[in-house]
Amino acid sequence: MTWSRGLRRLLAGPGWGDTAAPCESCDGSRDEIAGAPALEVHVRAKRFGTRAVLQEVRVRLQPGEIVALVGASGCGKSTLLRIAAGLDADFDGHVRVAGRPHAAPSSDVGFVFQEPRLFPWCSVADNIAFERGGASRDDPQVAALLAEVGLSDYGGALPRQLSGGQAQRVALARGLAGRPRVLLLDEPFSAVDAFTRIKLQALLLALVRRHRVAALVVTHDIDEAVWLGDRVLVLDADPGRLREEIAVPLAQPRERDSAALASARSHVFHSLRAAHAF
Amino acid sequence: MISELHPFIGFVHSTSEPSDVALGSPRVLARRFAAALLGALVPVSVLLLAELANRLGWITSNLLPAPSDVGRALFELGWHTVAVHVAASTARVAAGYAFGAGLALVVGSLVGLSRTARAILDPSFQALRAIPSLAWVPLLLLWLGIDEAPKLAMIAIGAFFPVYMGVVAGIRGVDGKLVEVARLMRLSPVALVRRVLLPAALPSVFTGLRNGLSLAWMFMVAAELIAATRGLGYLLTDGRETGRADLVLAAIVLLACLGKASDAAMARIERRALAWRDVFDDGKPR
Repeated sequence: MTWSRGLRRLLAGPGWGDTAAPCESCDGSRDEIAGAPALEVHVRAKRFGTRAVLQEVRVRLQPGEIVALVGASGCGKSTLLRIAAGLDADFDGHVRVAGRPHAAPSSDVGFVFQEPRLFPWCSVADNIAFERGGASRDDPQVAALLAEVGLSDYGGALPRQLSGGQAQRVALARGLAGRPRVLLLDEPFSAVDAFTRIKLQALLLALVRRHRVAALVVTHDIDEAVWLGDRVLVLDADPGRLREEIAVPLAQPRERDSAALASARSHVFHSLRAAHAF
Repeated sequence: MISELHPFIGFVHSTSEPSDVALGSPRVLARRFAAALLGALVPVSVLLLAELANRLGWITSNLLPAPSDVGRALFELGWHTVAVHVAASTARVAAGYAFGAGLALVVGSLVGLSRTARAILDPSFQALRAIPSLAWVPLLLLWLGIDEAPKLAMIAIGAFFPVYMGVVAGIRGVDGKLVEVARLMRLSPVALVRRVLLPAALPSVFTGLRNGLSLAWMFMVAAELIAATRGLGYLLTDGRETGRADLVLAAIVLLACLGKASDAAMARIERRALAWRDVFDDGKPR
């Protein structure tokens, strides 16, 4: 059923976001175009030299929605994230955040990398509040974020005193510190062990829902994609093209061993195999 | 939390770790004492052997005097004379090093940060770096006379290049991934330098500062050997001209002690400034 729905959607062209919750974050404090998706990326073409890396890729995310992006290594997933973040402006197409053009990094878009990338000479609190020049661990926003990621006692610690999982929690908190509308994550949990990964996935889910950000997660982990994603986008390689969009219409949090999730997993698996991802 | 003035990045906040509390504990003190004993093993054995060789007549004492004779030579010079020489040399090193290293920090930052500055300046500096220290002496004497100026210039030249190299290498070697994070946070160019590039370059900068300091001592001796009326280099020349090997050795021992002491002080500053580093050997007892 999921599969036929995905196929229908593909055939019908871009019909986005019907699994996502309606936009409720229009609190009036920030200007935004009513009804506009949190993130809208349209890459007509992105080349490195003569090689086309991405071609005709459209991604739309609603506030509070999680979309997983999977595909073979080197199919341009990370490039797509960099474009969405405004780190790479050398492409044909456009990026809109809340309906407005987004051509350079801004506080509207948070980014979490595969590695924590914390500044080793700054305390955890300073890392979280780095954008506004650092803060003490007693700063209300920093304290709240630390509590949310379960590291209330670590505000004064240095990054070298953290485990890999803890450091990635700090990176998540930093990604949310600018109160973004969109959170981009580039294989955020691929460097931690399996049990830590499960915990961090649950944490990400809770954070995304609470902050009502739209999260675009690049991952190589099929389980992660279907457990987290409201939708899973499968990219073809050479050039990176949207192959299939698979909706995962299951309520969250999801049972990891449920039959419905297994069916979605199998769907993504077959799509990836067809895309020659492995 | 302790806030302290950081030499390059302003105030940094550091947490006091449990291990800091334990630094005064008897067990740690015992371990430090053991380390000091190990470090003293080689020099003490050499001194004993030299003393023994002299007393037994294996070597003639006018070529290699016994350690006790060297000690006596120092004592006979008198505390005041020794202090005058040590103070003269130390002051020269301090002034020349401050000037050379300070200039290197500024020029090195410029060359590290700007491709244009690097293209213009770096080739020339690499060529100047290759000039042996003694080659500068005649030129500096011609230009600056035989007063303090040529000596300070010598020391500054000696200190400049290691620090310059450290700063340039440090800035150029900053992890591009951290710079990308800074880009995402839209740091201004000045903030990028102050908050990311300089702190990230600091380990390499300190390596340069320590190498520069030891070269400053070497260039000081070279400068004082030529023309000086005070200082340890003068003491060396004096000892050679009067055929007093004990005096020469006394000056050498003083140089070793001063060099070691100044490097230890610098290492201490380095350890404090770089306490955030996650390194194999941070000097702390484990």
